[in-house]
Amino acid sequence: MNTIAPAMEELLAAFEEKINAEVKIEPKDWMPEEYRQHLIRQISQHAHSEVIGMQPEGNWISRAPSLRSKKILLAKIQDEGGHGLYLYSAAETLGVSREQFIAWLHEGKAKYSSVFNYPTLNWADVGAIGWLVDGAAITNQVSLQRTSYGPYARAMVRICKEESFHQRQGYEIMWRMMEGTKAQQQMAQDALNRWWWPALMMFGPHDSDSPHSSLAMKWKIKRESNDYLRDKFINKTIPQAELIGLKVPDPNLQLISEGIYKHGDINWDEFWEVVKGNGPCNQQRLEHHIKAHKEGAWVRATALASKSNN
Amino acid sequence: MEAKENQGELWEVFIQSKPGQSFKHAGSVHAYDKEMAIENARDVYTRRAEGTGLWVVPSKEIIAVTVNEAAYFFEPADEKIYRHPTFYQMPEGVKNM
Repeated sequence: MNTIAPAMEELLAAFEEKINAEVKIEPKDWMPEEYRQHLIRQISQHAHSEVIGMQPEGNWISRAPSLRSKKILLAKIQDEGGHGLYLYSAAETLGVSREQFIAWLHEGKAKYSSVFNYPTLNWADVGAIGWLVDGAAITNQVSLQRTSYGPYARAMVRICKEESFHQRQGYEIMWRMMEGTKAQQQMAQDALNRWWWPALMMFGPHDSDSPHSSLAMKWKIKRESNDYLRDKFINKTIPQAELIGLKVPDPNLQLISEGIYKHGDINWDEFWEVVKGNGPCNQQRLEHHIKAHKEGAWVRATALASKSNN
Repeated sequence: MEAKENQGELWEVFIQSKPGQSFKHAGSVHAYDKEMAIENARDVYTRRAEGTGLWVVPSKEIIAVTVNEAAYFFEPADEKIYRHPTFYQMPEGVKNM
């Protein structure tokens, strides 16, 4: 049964022709409803991840071990807030308001990256997040610079440029700790042990189990598959770990050929539990966001009340 | 003799030179309304296929930092060199970082 009106068919054909020719889709262009909905979900989830991601690192601002590291950490967290703003702006071009995105987050209808539902237990965790979590995010975001939606692609270009210091500051922390005392080395290894698998899970389910992937690949919202990007991240990260004396916590890791690794099984039960809201910090992260949003209400009200006409 | 203003409002013109790229400021045009502004912008700034996208914005709606304010606005970033990747020391031989 053909339920698509002829005009719609033509619009769809023109849209897909643009996609195939690598022409970016802009906010005022016609786009299929599924494309719009996929972008609304993906970009807002990405924006929420940037903002919620400020919490685990924010936990260490007051306890950073030096003024240097405190300034760096503040600058990094400030960047994450900024990246959230770029992404909300890109998502708003699809016709949904900022207030609505925040409401969906608070109602549990919108997700953010599950990796931020893990706690930051020691200073090395700040290093591990920069190196691994930002490292994984960069791998994903470099790929998304070529996404088919113009505003999203442009936000990714800006974010990738700014992220370049995030991973290095994290790796520098890990390296310094590995050059330090036995206790510092153990902290670094412990942080890697706890963050390695959540970082690998950031790329999402295996391609064979990824529910939103096929249309997203066809319309070039996603450019490379979850497994491809995960392998890319693993292959570049393992030599970095070895260089400073860290060991990746995967007993089944295999070196297939030079520079190419095969990882052991990922615990997908844990992944889905955390996605469903049962991770170590899900409740804390969301409650904190709601609390901060409520406590900021007077700022928004005051700004509105004192609005000038200039 | 004082000339009477009869050129219409001033509009700022932004061009996207390739699909997907950011819009960049090109210059300005005079026009009496939106439609005339975008047509004038096309005629003045894209005669050699410079653009795949075109925006016009009323000049009076643009909020700008003045030269006098620029230092106050931008100088605080100068001392935050740790926002740049080159600030960090890396171990010898590290790759893909």
